[in-house]
Amino acid sequence: MKYKSQKVAYWFFALCMLLLVLQIVYGFIMGFARVGMDGLHDVIPFNTARAVHTNLLVVWLLTGFMGAAYYIIPEEAQQELVNVKLAYVQLISLAVVGVVAVVGYHFNYWEGRKFLEIPRELDFLVVVNVLLFLGLILATLWKGKRKTTTAIVLTMGLLFAALLYLPGMIWFDSQVTDAFFRWWVVHLWVEGVWELIMGGILSFLLIKLTGVDREVIEKWLYVIVGLTFLSGILGTGHHYYYIGVNKIWLVVGGIFSALEPLAFLAMALFAINMYRKGEKSHPNKLAIFWTIGAAIVSFIGAGVLGFAHTLPQTNLYTHGTLVTAMHGHLAFWGAYAMIVLAIISYAIPNLTGRKRHESTQGKLAFWLSNIGMIGMTTAFGVAGVAQVYMERKMKMEFMDVQNEISIHFVVLILCATLFATGIILYIYEFIKYGKPTDEALEAKLS
Amino acid sequence: MLSKSQARAFFLGGTAVTFLIFIGLTVYSLSPKNDQTNHQNIDEKVVRGKEIWESNNCMGCHTILGEGAYYAPELTKVYERRGEGYIKSILTSPIPWGPKGRKMVAYKMNNADADAVIAYFKWIGEINLNGFDQVVSPLSKEK
Ligand code: HEC
Ligand code: HEM
Ligand code: HEM
Ligand SMILES: [Fe+2]
Repeated sequence: MKYKSQKVAYWFFALCMLLLVLQIVYGFIMGFARVGMDGLHDVIPFNTARAVHTNLLVVWLLTGFMGAAYYIIPEEAQQELVNVKLAYVQLISLAVVGVVAVVGYHFNYWEGRKFLEIPRELDFLVVVNVLLFLGLILATLWKGKRKTTTAIVLTMGLLFAALLYLPGMIWFDSQVTDAFFRWWVVHLWVEGVWELIMGGILSFLLIKLTGVDREVIEKWLYVIVGLTFLSGILGTGHHYYYIGVNKIWLVVGGIFSALEPLAFLAMALFAINMYRKGEKSHPNKLAIFWTIGAAIVSFIGAGVLGFAHTLPQTNLYTHGTLVTAMHGHLAFWGAYAMIVLAIISYAIPNLTGRKRHESTQGKLAFWLSNIGMIGMTTAFGVAGVAQVYMERKMKMEFMDVQNEISIHFVVLILCATLFATGIILYIYEFIKYGKPTDEALEAKLS
Repeated sequence: MLSKSQARAFFLGGTAVTFLIFIGLTVYSLSPKNDQTNHQNIDEKVVRGKEIWESNNCMGCHTILGEGAYYAPELTKVYERRGEGYIKSILTSPIPWGPKGRKMVAYKMNNADADAVIAYFKWIGEINLNGFDQVVSPLSKEK
């Protein structure tokens, strides 16, 4: 750690860990409900569990991105955060809004729009919170000595993510228009601006971990985010095939979304090449694992498994089935969960001054969670393909098909247990490191 | 070799061009002459139905237009598949519906609310979905 104010990042990361645990608990509730063990139905019906599961996911990832920004921006701009107190205010208000939303979901207080369940009244609080966050980051960047490409791409990602939240707040009478603009948030986030955030964090980590020249890394960063937007914006069309809008999207969405994996491929090749090229061998091996891992697994989850159902001819059959859940899990995990866990793994030793760089628990956490998640993806995938075949080709009834495939959810629960063990080990490590200290300032690891 | 400023130009240029095309296509596909949804049929009842659909997060178990959760039946064609009476008895039922073992929430709706949801399903069922309507519902495919 080079700047005292970077310490605030620690508390964002701590909130991340807490929300991640809760997300997994609700994942298990759904997993068990799907094999008939729905004893909680009266208190936490499936739709409550699902809204909590996916919203906690989004909130812990955003919390992680914010923590990453509070860590990265001072170091890149060579400038202490302009106001540390306000950063803590922002953290606490974020946690409060999150808790109110999640509690509300248990009392039928929500808007049933997938991923955007937060009621509109609370949306306004989210907007205020994010404005405060952006204000702090932009002011720090503005006052700073340097404005690096890494910092700019990261900040641009965060700024656009905030702007794109707005179309999701408009009310439409038509379900079709509602769905249309819901994707401006959901798709343009994960296949657009969040990739800028991911790219920014990845580039920061690669500069630190490999020692390759900043100019080289940042040049490729531009190429990657260029590919992202070039394919991803018009790629939104892959959600417009079958929701009741013009057929032109079958062509446009089909072509451009088929190009989207290129950005993820570029990211993976970029990370691997920079790692090979680097002369410096950084002692923080765990951070290297998570960083390179994120680049590779995001290509598999988003690129390969996304491509698997993105052509209109395929999507006609897979649209809205468990095939989508298969892709959703590995894509979110590889791209966004892993990059957040990577920056945490990198930052924590620097914040606390303790160097548990090669702990066995840390490595086990990496392997167990990844193997568990790949197993879960496979279980969803097998269930999904079977569902598509029986329901949409053999014309069997929905619930009859569900009963046929319930065995795959036993497998899902087993793999999820492996996954959760990995996460528990990761959090055990996080706690073991202890709290951030000012003494760590001297320990210039960079 | 590509320079950093060329890389930046690629990023900015590509983004600007695709973004403009995207806005253009959005205007085109939402313009009234390209409507596939029978927009004129959205009356107060349908809107009320959508409100009920949202405020209860039915999408947290079901899919509609192929969007939502994968726990309970896809409902795009439910009006055609099951008919009014069947749907009404589910929505007004005092105990959780679930003949095949998986439970729905018991909403105990009054008649007016149930009718609004049914009107909403009826409107949804008539949308032209570019061929998905033929695939999505096993029974309606028979026709
Ligand atoms: C907790 C999950 C859950 C929620 C929430 C839920 N449902 Fe259901 N619903 C089900 C399940 C499960 C079935 C199928 C039961 C069976 O056939 O055994 C079902 C069946 C139905 C059916 C009949 C479908 C068919 O083809 O047989 C309709 C219509 C329906 N639900 C409407 C709604 C509406 C409207 C809402 C919101 C007000 C809603 N559901 C909320 C779980 C849910
Ligand atoms: C990190 C990046 C990505 C993440 C986090 C992600 C996540 C998701 C999620 C959660 C859904 C379900 C959304 C919903 O129904 O509300 C989804 C749907 C979809 N994704 Fe991705 N995705 C990513 C990248 C991609 C890419 C690169 C492609 C294409 C090559 C792709 C293709 C699709 C398609 C076609 C659907 C629609 C599935 C359906 O019709 O039900 N995704 N994605
Ligand atoms: C113990 C671990 C987990 C279990 C048992 C689990 C289980 C589930 C289940 C059953 C669903 C609902 C599918 C349906 O509608 O029927 C779901 C949805 C989802 N989960 Fe998980 N999950 C777990 C962990 C995670 C993690 C770590 C992530 C992210 C990295 C994640 C991301 C998602 C997403 C994005 C969806 C929505 C998918 C879609 O709509 O297509 N889950 N999960
Ligand atoms: Fe998408």
